[in-house]
Amino acid sequence: MGDLGLFFAILGAALAALVAGAGSAKGVGMAGQAAAGVVTDQPDMFGRVLILQLLPGTQGIYGLLIAFVAMNNLGIIGGAPQQITLLKGLAYLGACLPMAIVGYISAINQAKAAVASIALVSKRPDQFGKSMLFPAMVETYAIFALLISILAINGVGAI
Amino acid sequence: MAEQYIYAVARVRSKELKLLTGQVFDALVSAASAQDAVKILADHGWGDGDINRIDEMLQAEREKTWSFIAELVPDMSVFDVFLYAGDYHNLKAAVKETARMERRDSVFVGKKECTVDPELMRNAVRDRDFEALPKEMRDVARDALDALLHTGDGQMSDIMIDKAALTRILAAGKKSDSDILRTYAELTVACADIKAAIRACLMKKDRSFLDRALAPCDTLDIGELALAASESVDAVYEYLSRTVYSDAIPQIRTSLSAFERWCDNLLIDKIRPEIHHPFTIGPLAAYILARENEIKCVRMILSGKMNDLSADSIRERVRDSYV
Repeated sequence: MGDLGLFFAILGAALAALVAGAGSAKGVGMAGQAAAGVVTDQPDMFGRVLILQLLPGTQGIYGLLIAFVAMNNLGIIGGAPQQITLLKGLAYLGACLPMAIVGYISAINQAKAAVASIALVSKRPDQFGKSMLFPAMVETYAIFALLISILAINGVGAI
Repeated sequence: MAEQYIYAVARVRSKELKLLTGQVFDALVSAASAQDAVKILADHGWGDGDINRIDEMLQAEREKTWSFIAELVPDMSVFDVFLYAGDYHNLKAAVKETARMERRDSVFVGKKECTVDPELMRNAVRDRDFEALPKEMRDVARDALDALLHTGDGQMSDIMIDKAALTRILAAGKKSDSDILRTYAELTVACADIKAAIRACLMKKDRSFLDRALAPCDTLDIGELALAASESVDAVYEYLSRTVYSDAIPQIRTSLSAFERWCDNLLIDKIRPEIHHPFTIGPLAAYILARENEIKCVRMILSGKMNDLSADSIRERVRDSYV
C-alpha cells in the first residue's frame, strides 16, 4: 500500500506539470498564430506581440513548480523516495489538482484574451499597456491555484 | 475549429488599418477635380494616379482583396455567397451574347470574382451545354436563353436570372455558420426585392411580373409586397411600415439611390460588431464587404467628379466607412 501512496503522489505532480503545461502549450500556440498574423504586415510590432504571446505560458511554469515542490517533498529529486500512506498519496494528488485544472482552463482563456489584445495592439499600438492588462487579469486565478497547491502540498508534507 | 481563423483574423486586423477612412473619403469628395482625387488615391496605394486607368485601378483593388483572402482561407467556398452575383452577371452576359450573336468580353466579370469560369459559362450557354454549369444554374440558364430567343424581351430574361441569383445567395447564406454571411444574404435579397417592387410599381408592371421578379426571404412576405406593388407606391410604403425596413421609407421617398445607400449603410452597421470577434470567419467576411463598399464609394466619387457633380451631391451618395 505504501507504493500505491507514492504512485498517487507522483501522479498528482505529473498532472500538475502535464495538464497546466498542455494548457500553456495550446494557449501560447493560439496567441502565436495571432502574433504571426500581425507581424506579417507589421514587423515592427514583434516585441509587443511577443510579450502578449508569452502570457499564457506562465501556467506551464507554475505546473512545473508544483511538480518540483511535490517531488522534492517526496524525496524523489534527492533520489530517496519516501514511503507514504495511500491517504497521504491521495492528499498529494488532491493538492496538485488546483494547479492542474485551473492552470489548463486559465491558460486557454488567457490565450483568448491575448489574441484579442494582439488585435487591439495591432490597431492601437499606443494602447499596449492596457492591452497587457486584459490577459493579465486571468493570471490572478492561476496564481490563486498556485498558492493553494503550494500550501496544500506543504500541509500534506507536514502530516 | 474556430482556431483555424486566428492567424487570418490577425492579418485582417492589420489590413484594416489600410482601409480608407471617413477623412479620406471627405478629402476625395472635396478634391478640386477627378485628377486630384485620383492622386489622393495613389497616395493611399490605389493605382498610379493615371485618371485614364480608373477601371483598371478598381479592378486591381478588387483582385487584391480576393488574392489576400485566398492566401488566408484554405477553402474559399465559404465566401461563394459573395461571388454568386458575379456568376449570374456573367450568365446574363452569356445569354445576351448568344442571343445577339456578338462577343463582348468587357461585360464579363473576372475569374476571381465568380465561382464559374466566365469562359466555361460562355461556352456552355452558346453550345446549350447546360450540364456543364452548376446544377442550380442549369434551369435558369436554359429558361432565360429560351425566353430571350423567343420573345426578344431582355428584361424578362434578366429578372429570371436575378431571381435565381437571389435565391441562391439566400440559400448559401442560410447554409453558412457565420452570422455575417446570413445577414448579408438576407439583406441582399430583401433590399433587391424592395427595389424591384418599387421599380415595377413605377413602371406599372402587373402582379405576374412581380411574382416572377421577387425572391422569397425571411424578413419580407413577398406575396404581400407583390400585392402592394401591383396597387400603388403608397401601398408598398404601408406594407414596409409593418416590416423591419420601415426606416427605409423616407429614403425610398427621396430616391432609389438614397435607398441603395441606406441598404449599404445598414449592412456596414450590421458587420461592424464583427471587428471584435477574433475567432470566427466574420471579420474576414466583414473585410471583404468593407473593401467592396470602399471600391463602390471610390467609383461613385470619381464618377461624380468626372461629371462635375457638386461635393454635397457626391457626399449624399457616399456610404459609411467600416473604419
